[in-house]
Amino acid sequence: MWWNNVETKPGTGFPTRWEDQDQYKGGWELVDGELKLKSTSKRKTITNIFHNTDMPTLDDYYEPWTYKYKELFDAPAGDDQPTAKPVSMVTGEYMNIEAGPNWDDDLSGSPLYAENDINLDVLSEEQRDQLFAIERLMMFYFPRICNHCVNPSCVASCPSGALYKRGEDGIVLLDQERCRAWRSCITACPYKKTYYNWNTGKSEKCILCFPRVETGQAPACFHSCVGRIRYLGVLLYDAEKIEETAKRPDHELVDAQREMILDPFDENVIREATKNGIADSTIKAAQESPVYKFVKDWGIALPPHVEYRTLPMLFYVPPMLPVMSAQEGESVRNINDEYFPDFDKARAPIKYLASMFGGGNESHLRYVLKKQSAIRAYRRAVTVGDIDLLEAEKALLESDCNPTEADNIYKLTSLCTFDDRFVIPAAHREEAIEMMKDPLEHKQTAGFGFRDAPARGM
Amino acid sequence: MDQFKQFLDTFFFGMFPYVTIFTFFLVTIQRYRSKAFTYSSLSSQFLENRQHFWGLVPFHYGIIAVLTAHFIWFLLPETVLWWNQVPARLYIMEVSMFIFGLMTFIGLINIVLRRHSNPKAKIVTSKADWWVLGFLAVQVITGLYTAYFYRWGSSWFASSLTPYLWSVIKLSPDLTYITAMPFMVKAHIVSAYSIILLFPFTRLVHALVVPNPYLWRKTQVVRWNWDRKKIRTTEKNS
Repeated sequence: MWWNNVETKPGTGFPTRWEDQDQYKGGWELVDGELKLKSTSKRKTITNIFHNTDMPTLDDYYEPWTYKYKELFDAPAGDDQPTAKPVSMVTGEYMNIEAGPNWDDDLSGSPLYAENDINLDVLSEEQRDQLFAIERLMMFYFPRICNHCVNPSCVASCPSGALYKRGEDGIVLLDQERCRAWRSCITACPYKKTYYNWNTGKSEKCILCFPRVETGQAPACFHSCVGRIRYLGVLLYDAEKIEETAKRPDHELVDAQREMILDPFDENVIREATKNGIADSTIKAAQESPVYKFVKDWGIALPPHVEYRTLPMLFYVPPMLPVMSAQEGESVRNINDEYFPDFDKARAPIKYLASMFGGGNESHLRYVLKKQSAIRAYRRAVTVGDIDLLEAEKALLESDCNPTEADNIYKLTSLCTFDDRFVIPAAHREEAIEMMKDPLEHKQTAGFGFRDAPARGM
Repeated sequence: MDQFKQFLDTFFFGMFPYVTIFTFFLVTIQRYRSKAFTYSSLSSQFLENRQHFWGLVPFHYGIIAVLTAHFIWFLLPETVLWWNQVPARLYIMEVSMFIFGLMTFIGLINIVLRRHSNPKAKIVTSKADWWVLGFLAVQVITGLYTAYFYRWGSSWFASSLTPYLWSVIKLSPDLTYITAMPFMVKAHIVSAYSIILLFPFTRLVHALVVPNPYLWRKTQVVRWNWDRKKIRTTEKNS
């Protein structure tokens, strides 16, 4: 399941400390105003093709394991309860489990894992101690799939040209028939969402469930998200601006990426999109896109680690973790009535969040958190009424929001239906496939695509 | 006995080459057409990283240099003979090639040790992989032996083996020079043919899919699955 996981933050995830690009050397960097792959330039890839120097290995992830359940039944009668010992799923030998996919979930083993979170490096010693003081402990979840970047470093690094971005919907795919296991993408992806399948000898990644997306359905993980926090929609962007955008300084990257995304209601945009062959259904979907609202209209969703300069196309609404209570001597004072909290006192240090979602720029985080808390106060004023409505509306205006927008945000985040969350135009592949292949070519055979099990070697 | 020896020579140097070359082309092409998925370097670096470096790096650089030298001796024999006229130049060529051969050998030993001693690397080593390693070992050992005991290989390769190889290519194998060769040289040649025979059935095919368009292509790759304009027109018409 390395294409999709949910991490606890602060935490290190897998491969351990994947965000540390000094170690893993993924993504792009600016060298004399030029975009360069950090460690997988053409020269480096060719000279290191026999031994990829910065690639994470199985030890950086974890060794997959199962248990010998049979031993529970076969154990001879004795005084002890029989146990199912763990065995490696690679070698089949008994093993000592030292790490796993959810090892540091919910801050378990924090001194070992959470404290090594690279984003904490921006905090002072004092702030860090405070963060891990038990009464201030905070955490949030960080769901991760492939970001289907606009400037994907995995694609740029692949010596075989196996990785590509689909023109129609921007999904980044890895052609299994062309992958030759040179492993550059594993190093190049700063999010470590391309990974090596040691069993088949090919790299793999999240495919954004493209067969579902093509037919207008939500990808499986989006569809089944119990928190209903995943949204999917169309964004139109100006491909000619990609390079220029990716070259902007760290603190401007969030804004630059937003500028690159085009307004689907703009007549010029519609005309140009039509001229470029974009279907009317796609343009219509772009106008109704929930993602466009989050990212552009409301500005409350931010790209993760935008400083890697791959221009990720997944956006996160940063968590609001206000001060709920504070210890005063022997007693705990409830300060829950503070609806306009001071975010510098919040449990999640702004600096920490900015390191993850703002390219280090705190202003975006302040903006998002302020807006969220203003909407929360406003909704409380409307539904409970223990806050002055006028004061709440004033707070909305101060947060670059207004009652209508607040209602819309409230509706799309809390009362949304399935169709609000996923506005996916079906592809027109049913017509397109006939241009490439004769649908009757494989009549009475096993069909298109893979007809052999994906196995190692011949 | 002599007759049997003659038969062996005819078989291994007059017939076997054609079996291997025919199989090589047939299977390589067919495998690429129908089972492109199986073309992979099948890297195991992900499972074991440290020994990997000391095996794979010297082996590959060594074998690439030595193979290139063999190709030059084969394609440009006159140039090689001219180069070797000056002893200093001959020594430079022979010694450097011998060092590359040793590099290959050391790399190969490390690869075998790694695949044998590391449980994770072992689990992904197939029978075919062991066959490949075995034949490569024979190839490298006989090659080093020949280079050391039958000097100077680059010169007599160009004058005796190149004509033989060309005669094979011209479909009229001339075994005059071959029959007189010492056993180790013959073993080296037969094992080379065997590797060509193994080539299309094993991981060796990765040598054929070295990155190539990569060097000239644009940084990013975008694939369109269909003609957008055409889709629009059909949509409008309906």
